[in-house]
Amino acid sequence: MPTPSADAVPEAETVTHRARPRRDVIHRHAWPVRLTHWINALTIFIMVGSGLNIFNAHPRLYWGQAGADFDKPFLALGAVRTPAGLRGRTIIGPLKFDTTGILGVSQEDGEQTTRAWPDWVTLPSYTDLADARHWHFFFAWVLVINGALYLTWSIVSRHIQRDLWPTATDLRAIPRSIIDHLKLKHPKGEAAKRYNVLQRLAYLGLVTLAAGMVLTGLCMSPGFDAFAPWLVTALGGRQTARTLHFLFAAAIVLFIAVHLIEVVLAGPLNEVRSMITGRYAVPAEHE
Amino acid sequence: MPIITRRQALITSLAGSGLLLTGCSKIFQADSLTESASFQRVLAAAQAWTRATQRFLLAGGEMAREYKPSDISHYFKPNGTYHPGGADYARHVDEGFVNWRLRIDGMVRHPLSLSVADLRRLPARSQITRHDCVEGWSAIGGWTGVPLALLLRAAGVRAGAKYVVFYCADNLDGEAAKGGEQSPGQYYESVGLVDAMHPQTLIAYDMNGKPLDVPHGAPLRLRVERQLGYKMAKYVQHIQIVGDFHAIAGGHGGYWEDRGYDWYAGV
Repeated sequence: MPTPSADAVPEAETVTHRARPRRDVIHRHAWPVRLTHWINALTIFIMVGSGLNIFNAHPRLYWGQAGADFDKPFLALGAVRTPAGLRGRTIIGPLKFDTTGILGVSQEDGEQTTRAWPDWVTLPSYTDLADARHWHFFFAWVLVINGALYLTWSIVSRHIQRDLWPTATDLRAIPRSIIDHLKLKHPKGEAAKRYNVLQRLAYLGLVTLAAGMVLTGLCMSPGFDAFAPWLVTALGGRQTARTLHFLFAAAIVLFIAVHLIEVVLAGPLNEVRSMITGRYAVPAEHE
Repeated sequence: MPIITRRQALITSLAGSGLLLTGCSKIFQADSLTESASFQRVLAAAQAWTRATQRFLLAGGEMAREYKPSDISHYFKPNGTYHPGGADYARHVDEGFVNWRLRIDGMVRHPLSLSVADLRRLPARSQITRHDCVEGWSAIGGWTGVPLALLLRAAGVRAGAKYVVFYCADNLDGEAAKGGEQSPGQYYESVGLVDAMHPQTLIAYDMNGKPLDVPHGAPLRLRVERQLGYKMAKYVQHIQIVGDFHAIAGGHGGYWEDRGYDWYAGV
């Protein structure tokens, strides 16, 4: 009986090895990280969408304790009537921009409408403060509970101390890491098994921003303000808290954009799989 | 080769994150979810958690922060009704509100009917507080009035009473109520006894040292400092103490509550 397969199999294996060196597969993300990551991922989009809908009820931001229509805004998304028709006008400090079509004036159900944020970013898509608040305050609880579980687990299991807190060596490598990231060069081999310093700082920054979102959010509540007026004062007042809430959210959106770009650049299938199953194929040194 | 894949990757991920960051409503089918009554009941659970948490945090009767006279806003934005309109209210304005009556009845032992002058003779409280609108803006104003607790003690609240309902002279009419039952446009509000008895809860008659003007609720308005502006009914004519507000107007305890806003407005 001819046995070509018996000979062919090791041959084929060798060939495969040569073309694609055996990858080291490690268990990268623990289940609490994976679970809280995906709950967070869903919740953040709901919070941003409903938050922008709430913002639309008074699309102006101020500094200090108080601020309303006749006070000077730090940021305002408004509309102005011009001879050329209704135009969207965005004010940031002393600067004015024509943002017709996106901010201030945009299309809703095929009609030009004065609304600060357009219907394709708000949740629900139509402007409704009551409904947007229902979404926002339900998922704020989800975010807080999920965040508390993540933080507790991460501190107890020393995930933060071990994987996120940068070492002295890490900090010295910041310039190197910035250059690598700009060249879109990703760590391979042993270096890919741990978070690099920019990852560490970005994830710690995200945790800090999330805490800042919760605190500034609470400071907008008149009930909470009676409980902890010192915190409102420390943050610079209720309207400053509202402005910071918006700016922190913008920073989180920026984080998400960079995060997704990095996932795609680092190999989306491997990265996404590692956040679902935990298994991560370490990129080989000489690939 | 690697350059091209990197560029492609960059473009794909930028487009991808853009798509994800936008179109929230489409991705989550948020509009149809929002219109679903059962989903609204799920979301409404959070209101109870928030109320319970704030009741716990504020169990010691914590006071809203009070400000200095120099903190008072130069322009305090009126909202909702700027003028109630109608012949009756116009007559009260002409008369300087001398014939305005505040009735207090419902689950009380001694129903009261007080004029503005009667109220001005009672012990008063003055406070400079920040007014937070549900829309997001804030203004600081000075208020003088009779603590509601004093009026409720004088009227003698009966056992089983839970809420204090405020009926107003203004009719907003414009916006349709949510759900089946249509609430009439007459403005009304209600608070629980915990907030009604709080020392900063006032039936205010002065604002920044002058009698209340029409846009801010002349001659009498409510101040509930630890909640949002829509709770602070203006043009108050009638206070009713009840055990349950489901039979009143749209049944949700207030004009805006009948239109989807939370009854507990501490957040």
